[in-house]
Amino acid sequence: MKETIKKPVLAVGPFHPLQEEMEFFQLTLDGEKVTDIDVRISYNHRGIEKISESLQFDQVPFLVSRVCGICSASHPLAYINAVEEIAGITPPERAQYIRVIINELERIHSHLLWVGLAGHFIGYDTVFMWAWKYREPVLDLLEEITGNRNNYGNVRVGGCREDIPNELVPKMLKEMDKVDKKTAMLTNAVLDDPIIHARLKGVGVLTKQAAIDYAVTGPTARGSGVAIDVRRDDPYAAYADLDWNVISQPEGDVFAKAVVRLLEVLEAVKIIKQALKKLPDGPVTIEVKEIPPGEGCGRAEAPRGETFHYVRSDGGNRPVRHKIRAPSYVNVPSFKASCIGEDIADVTITLAAVDPCYSCTERLAVVDGHNKILHNYESLLQMSHEKTARIKKEIGAPEWKLEDI
Amino acid sequence: MKQEELNTKLLEIKGKLIDVEHKPHNRIFLLCESENAYAVNKFLFKNVALRFITATGIDSDDCFEILYHYSNDETGCVVTVKAFIRGRDNPAIESITPFLPGAEWIEREIHDILGIDFKNHPNLKRLILADDWPEGVYPLRKEAKK
Amino acid sequence: MGLKMKALKKSVWVFHVNAGACNNCDIEIVNLLTPKFDIERFGIKLVGSPRHADALLVTGVGTRQAAIRLREIYRQTPKPCIVFCIGACAGGTGIFEGGYHVAGPVDKIIREVDPNAIIAYVPGCPPKPEAMISGVLKVLSTL
Repeated sequence: MKETIKKPVLAVGPFHPLQEEMEFFQLTLDGEKVTDIDVRISYNHRGIEKISESLQFDQVPFLVSRVCGICSASHPLAYINAVEEIAGITPPERAQYIRVIINELERIHSHLLWVGLAGHFIGYDTVFMWAWKYREPVLDLLEEITGNRNNYGNVRVGGCREDIPNELVPKMLKEMDKVDKKTAMLTNAVLDDPIIHARLKGVGVLTKQAAIDYAVTGPTARGSGVAIDVRRDDPYAAYADLDWNVISQPEGDVFAKAVVRLLEVLEAVKIIKQALKKLPDGPVTIEVKEIPPGEGCGRAEAPRGETFHYVRSDGGNRPVRHKIRAPSYVNVPSFKASCIGEDIADVTITLAAVDPCYSCTERLAVVDGHNKILHNYESLLQMSHEKTARIKKEIGAPEWKLEDI
Repeated sequence: MKQEELNTKLLEIKGKLIDVEHKPHNRIFLLCESENAYAVNKFLFKNVALRFITATGIDSDDCFEILYHYSNDETGCVVTVKAFIRGRDNPAIESITPFLPGAEWIEREIHDILGIDFKNHPNLKRLILADDWPEGVYPLRKEAKK
Repeated sequence: MGLKMKALKKSVWVFHVNAGACNNCDIEIVNLLTPKFDIERFGIKLVGSPRHADALLVTGVGTRQAAIRLREIYRQTPKPCIVFCIGACAGGTGIFEGGYHVAGPVDKIIREVDPNAIIAYVPGCPPKPEAMISGVLKVLSTL
């Protein structure tokens, strides 16, 4: 297929047909500055916790994999960690390593997705095309191992459903080298680009104190100087056996969050390569007959942060109560702290810095005192692009070309 | 905070607790009556400086339970406050959002799905149920039909 | 311009609606714009308003809150239009069947507004981008 670099028409976003309807996020303005925000969520509420109570323990992973499509390995793993905690089960070593590999592959493709969207929000569509192009080989690898690009269905109570065939390991190592090389080039380009510096530094700052008050996690926290990471703090799978670093930056602005995510991709590659080389022999699962009564607190470090699952069992074959807390649930409200006082042109990128679901970012609107929509997502995006263009003109740095990376 | 220091610190609020359960895999449960939950939560967040994870609301037939989960990131310990709201009529508990902004959403959510009133919550509006969801129907209560 | 004429002219404009989806299908739809899949070479264009759309790509189970919006968007879309139910959720609520906040599946919600709506299904969880392209083209070719 011939690769053409077109100007993408990323017009995916609700132009709201009902001018009076309340949107997901409503921002109030004073001049060009945001003074308040209110959030309404309900569109995605599917009542998953209740549905979980009607499923058997081993059916639940398929359900929670679909809480959020981009964290579809983290949710089942956090849930399984909770159930294995109740039952006192330790899965075989090979399974622990496979869990690490799958979850780190997810981290790579999720962060690259984010980099692409962030690029789009500030008008660097070459970055969008580039990042989403380099996601594809990672998705292909996941498909080769688990049978699906997303929704892997890979974990079960007691281990993994699928093995990684040893013959696949050399190919995976080669792919990881490629991802490493390309991400390193992009990271250096971002760190050096004066326009990106001017556009993102000091923008959307979430202070360390605000990060603590809003109890944020993941890159949102680590980019604000709160260096927490479940993989290190409360190790699960094989993370404690591998050599890797927690990445954090103190500044708290959008630039810091971008740097954290890019460096985490490089770190994820490092983890995967180690895990592949150290992959122990043996079975990938053990049989589990029943789950005794008890309660478990399972967690996993999803690309967006800590995913927490609380499970209560009464000895039956279904959870009595299953509480799910995705990282975005604590990260998105912190948008209130990072967005107030910001320029309207920076609203989309400030929200994006928290890495919410794409659909969440679509539902952004600015309202006046009478709740009439002044700016919808499309016009906010337009303002963001215009700000970047103004900065480009002032600084006069050279254009990015897809061929350069 | 190191684990030993944490265990010692927890003794300071022993008077407000029914029991302290140390479970395997680094999990601690602090049981208390709902009247004491506010003080226990404030202590954990402000004095012990634990990170708030989330809260779980449970309908337990003769009572309601609100579980507040915290993380001691230095040791990976999860400390859960298990507050019992005795009696099923007009269940209510003091909101912790005034000192913990990160709890705003989860208290609104529990209010939606279990009908528990969080007293002095700054913004107890509907969060996750649809605009046209009927009042007084709480989907996670035992009597709620699917 | 009628849908048939547009299909003959190889230019179909689609509007994406998330009716309570986990985002997997939505991300795969956005993937359609990237060089690897490139839907524009088939004349399919994603537009920013239902008023300009010939077809709707609907993802998600159709939650109670999203159903209100989905019905309104359908009304706003000029007829004739095709509603593509993308994914297992849109096609039949998938794994969320029976959930208390599920008003869907999508065809049920659309038929409340228009019992004669033209509805097509692209199954998968999520359907691969190739499957989405194949599904859309298959339907257009039968017009």
